[in-house]
Amino acid sequence: MARNPVTWLGSPTFPKAAHTALADTQLRQNLRKATGTIRARRAAAVAEMTDWEMLRVAGEQIKDDVLARLDTLLVQLEESVTARGGVVHWARDAEEANRIVLDLCRAENAREVVKVKSMATAEIGLNEALEAGGVQAVETDLAELIVQLGDDRPSHILVPAIHRNRSEIREIFQRRMGVEVSDEPADLAEAARTYLRRKFLTTKVAISGANFAVADTGSIVVLESEGNGRMCLTLPETLITVMGIEKLVPSWQDLEVFLQLLPRSSTAERMNPYTSVWTGVTPGDGPQKFHLVLIDNGRTATLTDSVGRQALRCIRCSACLNVCPVYERTGGQSYGSVYPGPIGAILTPQLVGDLTDPQAASLPYASSLCGACFEVCPVRIDIPSVLTHLRAEVVEAKGRTAESVAMAAAAWVFRESSRYEKAQKAGSLARFLARDGRITSLPWPGSRWTSSRDVPAPPAESFRAWWRKNRG
Amino acid sequence: MASAREEILRRIRAARVPRAAPVVRGYHREGPGGVELFAERVADYRAVVRTVPDVPEALKALAGKRIVAPAGVPREWLVGGVTWLREPLTTEELDRADGVLTGCAVAIADTGTIVLDGGEAQGRRALTLLPDYHVCVVRADQIAGSVPEALQRLEPTRPLTFISGPSATSDIELNRVEGVHGPRTLEVLIVT
Repeated sequence: MARNPVTWLGSPTFPKAAHTALADTQLRQNLRKATGTIRARRAAAVAEMTDWEMLRVAGEQIKDDVLARLDTLLVQLEESVTARGGVVHWARDAEEANRIVLDLCRAENAREVVKVKSMATAEIGLNEALEAGGVQAVETDLAELIVQLGDDRPSHILVPAIHRNRSEIREIFQRRMGVEVSDEPADLAEAARTYLRRKFLTTKVAISGANFAVADTGSIVVLESEGNGRMCLTLPETLITVMGIEKLVPSWQDLEVFLQLLPRSSTAERMNPYTSVWTGVTPGDGPQKFHLVLIDNGRTATLTDSVGRQALRCIRCSACLNVCPVYERTGGQSYGSVYPGPIGAILTPQLVGDLTDPQAASLPYASSLCGACFEVCPVRIDIPSVLTHLRAEVVEAKGRTAESVAMAAAAWVFRESSRYEKAQKAGSLARFLARDGRITSLPWPGSRWTSSRDVPAPPAESFRAWWRKNRG
Repeated sequence: MASAREEILRRIRAARVPRAAPVVRGYHREGPGGVELFAERVADYRAVVRTVPDVPEALKALAGKRIVAPAGVPREWLVGGVTWLREPLTTEELDRADGVLTGCAVAIADTGTIVLDGGEAQGRRALTLLPDYHVCVVRADQIAGSVPEALQRLEPTRPLTFISGPSATSDIELNRVEGVHGPRTLEVLIVT
């Protein structure tokens, strides 16, 4: 089976990548500024809602219901989309999905297609697959365009170019669009408008993702800000939508929950500027050919894990990225995947489905387990619990390694108090290694810990010894 | 070999996900609503909002402009001095228009949103997308209090566009900037 392109080929493990990213002061400055801004604005947008917690609970329950009835709901969606003139395709993995989309583009003789920002198509590496097949995919979301023109990789779910500041964006635009432009955000937006206008008016095929699909009506929903989504969903003759199988809601009424949760969680707005809803084909309005490609790509495998499957509730708002202290310091590219941050740390390894892959296996450790991600998650994904659950699975998958031996030894030491006290005495010997109360390098296997952090020197006397002497 | 469809459905069934608890809808289904709240929330997006007693009088400001008017726009809205562009219109013609005048299907006070459904006085979706200026007439009785109330009034199988302020982006340093691909000026006229 081909490797899952959800992780980028050749990416280093998270600790290695983070080590490099931490040295990039410009990156850290850009991220601190951007995530600081959005955190404050999100908190204000959520504080306005007195029923926020009830919306979160409903969001969680609706998505759990979707996962419990996924087979029935997908068949229902297929029926309703087909009844309204759409064509539904199914793809087991990225390779199959990419082939379906490429064949559809070829059937329309399209050499160039316009794209609405979509995590599903980024996950399956669609742009690269299309290019290999002779079809150029033009990203039209501003941040995606910045990434594409900069030959860069995305670093955030909502704003893939969050690691770039205005002057870096100006440099990329001047170089690739051949225009003079200032670094004022309004001027940069205007440059993108001019650059893409002709393409919107003339391109025959568009590719989008989907935020939600309503099973009982067959309606597809896309939320956006700029109007590039509306352009792609309205002007071309053919529309191809690629969607993960978990993006369903059972009924139209369920959208009343998500249309409130998503904008406030992602862009901290009461409502995003534009939301488009379409059902199959409408004669005389919009694309007259509509294809819906449903992708599995590791989702059904994720579904089998009773703890890990809650990651499939995710609505891709990126609130967890914006509050994560680890993400703020390492940036998104350190995670080696289109899904970075806390949600990426639990979703990516599950989609990869192979915890003997060192890069994927390193992701559940990309967290301090502070719990901020769970607090902001609009569908209440308990990310810290899934992280610890996946860490246990990683250890198990590795078999007898230094870590599992250490864990087994620790368990043995903790079981008997006499052993524990002996171990503590041995530990206090480690004081000889310390300078200024910190140990900067331990002998192996402790060296694997101290390569990236210091260990406080153990006290001269353990608490247990002190207690016995003074209170016992 | 099984088809992808059969294979995916088989894998889902094999996962044996237990039945979920019934959904508890403890959130507010209704909002306070009202013209004032709606106007305030639309203005927060830096859209132009005016409460007007008389639509034709308010539209006189469009004199000298080339404005698209979809089918179903009331005859009295088509005031003199404006070049009214009527369907059929090509994409190029829409792109060259100065603006578009529409009604709406529903509005939402809580979020300052207008919703178009392609019905009377709204036209197909491209009409409100390509011109750089969109003026939308909202009747007070079209304003729903909350998102749930608005969705209840809509027919989901029609092509729907929810509009909350002018086209904008937060993609540069996560600060909101108005004016990208959609209309850069949105004007909402509330008729009381």
